[in-house]
Amino acid sequence: MSEVLLDVQGLKKYFPTKRGLLHAVDDVTFTIEKGKTLGVVGESGCGKSTTGRAILRLLEPTGGSVLFEGEDVAKLNPSQLRHKRKEMQIIFQDPFSSLNPRKTVSQTIEEPLQLHHVIEDKTERMQKVLEVMETVGLAERYVNTYPHELDGGRRQRIGIARALALDPKFIVCDEPVSALDVSIQAQILNLMNDIQESHGLTYMFITHDLSVVNHFSDDIAVMYLGKLIEKAPSEVLFSNPVHPYTQALLSAIPIPKVGGPKKERILLKGEITSPINPKPVCRFANRCAYATDRCRSEEPQLKEIETGHFVSCFLTD
Amino acid sequence: MWKFIVKRLVSMIPVLLGVTLVIYLIMSMAPGDPAKVILGEQATPEQIAALRDELHLNDPVLVQYARYIGGLLTGTMGKSYNSGLECGIEIMARFPNTVRLASVSVVLSVVLALPLGVIAAVKQNTIFDGASMVFALIGISMPVFWLGMLLILFFSLRLGWFPSSGSEGLKSLVLPAVTLGFQHMASIARVTRSSMLEVIRADYIRTARAKGVSENKVITKHALKNALIPTVTVIGLQIGGMLGGSVMTESVFAWPGIGRLMVQSINKRDIPMVLGCVIMFSVSFSIINLIVDVLYGFIDPRIKSQYK
Repeated sequence: MSEVLLDVQGLKKYFPTKRGLLHAVDDVTFTIEKGKTLGVVGESGCGKSTTGRAILRLLEPTGGSVLFEGEDVAKLNPSQLRHKRKEMQIIFQDPFSSLNPRKTVSQTIEEPLQLHHVIEDKTERMQKVLEVMETVGLAERYVNTYPHELDGGRRQRIGIARALALDPKFIVCDEPVSALDVSIQAQILNLMNDIQESHGLTYMFITHDLSVVNHFSDDIAVMYLGKLIEKAPSEVLFSNPVHPYTQALLSAIPIPKVGGPKKERILLKGEITSPINPKPVCRFANRCAYATDRCRSEEPQLKEIETGHFVSCFLTD
Repeated sequence: MWKFIVKRLVSMIPVLLGVTLVIYLIMSMAPGDPAKVILGEQATPEQIAALRDELHLNDPVLVQYARYIGGLLTGTMGKSYNSGLECGIEIMARFPNTVRLASVSVVLSVVLALPLGVIAAVKQNTIFDGASMVFALIGISMPVFWLGMLLILFFSLRLGWFPSSGSEGLKSLVLPAVTLGFQHMASIARVTRSSMLEVIRADYIRTARAKGVSENKVITKHALKNALIPTVTVIGLQIGGMLGGSVMTESVFAWPGIGRLMVQSINKRDIPMVLGCVIMFSVSFSIINLIVDVLYGFIDPRIKSQYK
């Protein structure tokens, strides 16, 4: 076992709405080891992004703790938190809206270096900017361009460069490629992979693209309606999915082969339960083919069924 | 950039021609004979006819208009029917007063409105938001002459702090500037609030926070600068309007600006003076608009690249 970098315990994020409390992230617990990638998958609105943002405290968590190298991020005061941002960064989904349209490429990348007083000397700082740009494969001539002059792939490279500038240890990648063309997606993913290896980075990789996550992650966590329902090493999860929802999710991955064997699709029926004031029962029970009375009256807890394989389902009892 | 500016200046010419033509036609259709107004009730028909001849009032309207434009091209706006002075001179004597009033009230309104709008947006749906928007609503809804009269009643008559009219010294500037500024403050604050609300939810604001930018800087450096475009547009339109003279405010406070001059000239059927005021108004409005457009380029690099 290598060293644990991030230890998330019972993380909660509730949003008050007019109809009640929306449980966006509800009691999520997991760890990420140093230098590894945790893929987080799930359908839209299941709380993937909220989890990522709550970890970085871009959203204030409602409850729980986030231990980063043993220190609870959730308890830091604002100035400590700003300091901590050097070590935890995020790459956003939409490179078209996540860059300030008024700032040039170099200004965007330079700003964090300036803010955190990493490099005080202006020339050295520009040196670092160019270095980071080279790392992410942005030609030097783009240094004074504005985001609107560049295409999506290059913009996302700026987003990555910006996150890398501070040499963080941990990066939350919030669907970093889903807004890009497929051909560009591969480039960006390879780039992120290379950077991870060269910089020894730890990623939390949020996506809804299962084929991406399989290639990219060491561990995969599956979320459903704010709950973590299964977490396992990638090979294990793909070869032996236990939770009925994971099984359904995996069966939806198309096999890219003409005339290849047809997989049996598990089609989910029913509507997703409302995340507002959920009852303490299994949240997937309404759509689950195996649901029993117990599932509709009790809430399953996350259990380790084999080393590193956690599932939250009564079927494993 | 320069090409853009020259292009815009040239395009002002047809605008001016159009505006003066329309005003000329309206003035000539308006009831009342300028000659009669000038000479007064006691004038004989012969005197009036002679004056009409002298002022070329018997020519067809378009001929009169052409003569006027010809005069403009040689650098004269014609003599005022009323005072007999060259219109340009009189207008230029009044214009600085209007500029003075306008600039003070613009500064006043912007200094108040920007913080109000920003605070309202940052603290959306709180008591700050409610209070500043109610304040802004009052500003928009209250007629200028009404506010002006209230201020005169209270600060001039009751307290005697400021003069109720005239234009001597800084003191006399206070009440008209506050009156004029209050209304403009209201609309600037509202526009700032709504565009801030939009920007503040943008992803790149979250990016800035993730970088570790302090909250104050997020608001001022990242959000406000991006939210300024609509605000600058509104401020520009307001300055343009004010330079044409704030007829109401100038009348209430007997401020010797261009707006009052125009109203007086209309009453006296002083066609050359009215036209002069209108030209002054259109030119300053167009130039302010041009300045606003150029400013956009500095505020938003995406727009700058379009100025070719």
